[in-house]
Amino acid sequence: MAVQSDIIDDAGPYDRAKALSAFKLGDVTFYWITRLSAISVLLILGGIIVSLIVGAFPAIKEYGLSFLWTQRWAPSADPPVLGALGPMYGTLVTSFIAMLIAIPVGLGIAIFLTELCPQWLRRPIGMAIELLAGIPSIIYGMWGFFVLGPFLANTFQPFMIKIFDGVPVLGAIFAGPPSYLSLFNSALILAIMVLPFITSISVDVFKTVPPVLKEAAYGVGCTTWEVVRSVVIPYTRVGVIGGVMLALGRALGETMAVTFIIGNSFRISGSIFAPGTTISAAIASEFAESDGLHQSGLILLGLLLFVLTFFVLAAARLMLMRLEKKAGN
Amino acid sequence: MNPIYSRRRRKDFVIRGLCMAAAAFGVTWLALILITLLYNGIAGLNLEIFVADTPPPGSTEGGLRNAIVGSIIMTVLGVGIGAPLGLFAGTYLAEYGRNDKLTSVIRFINDILLSAPSIIIGLFIYGAVVVPMRGFSAIAGSLALAVIVIPVVLRTTEDMLLLVPNALREAASALGLPRSLVIKRIAYRAARSGLITGVLLATARVAGETAPLLFTALSNQFFSLGLNKTMANLPVTINNFVQSPYAYWKQLAWSGALLITITVLALNIGARILGAERTAK
Repeated sequence: MAVQSDIIDDAGPYDRAKALSAFKLGDVTFYWITRLSAISVLLILGGIIVSLIVGAFPAIKEYGLSFLWTQRWAPSADPPVLGALGPMYGTLVTSFIAMLIAIPVGLGIAIFLTELCPQWLRRPIGMAIELLAGIPSIIYGMWGFFVLGPFLANTFQPFMIKIFDGVPVLGAIFAGPPSYLSLFNSALILAIMVLPFITSISVDVFKTVPPVLKEAAYGVGCTTWEVVRSVVIPYTRVGVIGGVMLALGRALGETMAVTFIIGNSFRISGSIFAPGTTISAAIASEFAESDGLHQSGLILLGLLLFVLTFFVLAAARLMLMRLEKKAGN
Repeated sequence: MNPIYSRRRRKDFVIRGLCMAAAAFGVTWLALILITLLYNGIAGLNLEIFVADTPPPGSTEGGLRNAIVGSIIMTVLGVGIGAPLGLFAGTYLAEYGRNDKLTSVIRFINDILLSAPSIIIGLFIYGAVVVPMRGFSAIAGSLALAVIVIPVVLRTTEDMLLLVPNALREAASALGLPRSLVIKRIAYRAARSGLITGVLLATARVAGETAPLLFTALSNQFFSLGLNKTMANLPVTINNFVQSPYAYWKQLAWSGALLITITVLALNIGARILGAERTAK
């Protein structure tokens, strides 16, 4: 009722032409407001790319492609020597280890939530996992620094060294003096941070499996694990990979948590218990005090990170879209 | 029993156990983090935190007033700028451009921006706002947060509007209501709790963001309300205090961390309850 009388009041009592033209004006205005807002998303992306390229240009001109395989990072040298190899190595290694831990655990939780968990427990556990994604990343950083770091340095690493002492490759991976700040600590924190993404997307795509398929498999006598392995996962494979790529995109770009616990060392060390750095951690810890070529080098690092995550995330979305189409048919 | 059967059963049993262990693992982390925060943060949580400003190095009194106020100002501004843009953009995608080529491009780009590293957003605003304005400012910080808010609100708005049954829109159009009013008075109303959920989630997302503020709003030791100057904010203050050698600063950092986490989790839970109500209907 309120709707109707409003409109009539707005338009004046009987003037039909006036009312219609007021409607038309409102319609056109609203259409363009929404359309321009939608286009602003494209402008933001364009702005990000342009501002990164402009900022990085001096460094691109100075170092060219050799930026990619130089390990030395000496911003205070004259002229400054900057190379992205250390941060790129740290970014890839921490994300790789994080995914190694997060994929099985995340899928395990998704299987638990969709196949095993009693109905009344589903919501609380699902919510707890999703809340993990809500905790600000700086809190993860503090936690990693004050709680996880000491535990890894004092208990876990000596234990691993004792076990793998003398074993050729593994011995070197776990070697080194105990430190709160390490690639492994960062990777573990990253794993916890991306866990909710893998779990929630897997739960969503697992739900798209037609119940008939699962019931048929149970009907011929499959165990829960066999149903999951031979029916659910093959049916949803593309979606699960999409979720994993999305989580990988997050892990590659995660900043604050890693900045706290990675140690900001540009030297590449073979041990995963040694300090290192990632692209985002290097930017976060040095950018505010940088200028000139140093700053441009950091922006170039940012550009590299953006390109890397852009492709990973684009691949993730394409895969998820493929699954959505399948579910729609 | 047939040995193959018992082998299959054993395998199933082991894997079920591992899945339960994984779930327990995830829940344990949440509990551990919350317990650590409570244990370290609650000791410093008193009235002084809310009424006194951040102390100079070495001092043993002071609070977080300037940081709390700064955080609230920048979050409100960021959401105030970003949410309407995201809302209108989502409206275009769901209402006007359903079968548009432009829509699928925007949706794809938006999904990428949704997960783009927040430090990159910081670099973007540094280049686009801080450098031309010749200085760090609260407005730059708010804009960085707004850029993070837009994709979150856009996504939920589009999803929620697509859930509104078309019969409602058709009924309204049949009565002669123009398109913009169909959207504003019918679709928005039907999707209201979903739209609020999106804004709450976006607020939760930016309330704890640190990386984009590090070199846009910077931080400020003093109380300041000027939008063109640096402004104190909780995340960056925590970041600066927690790694300092002063015990009192560390205590403040933990208390601040507890405050942020409680706020963010409360917003998240609120959004989820609202969202669940909507799907239950």
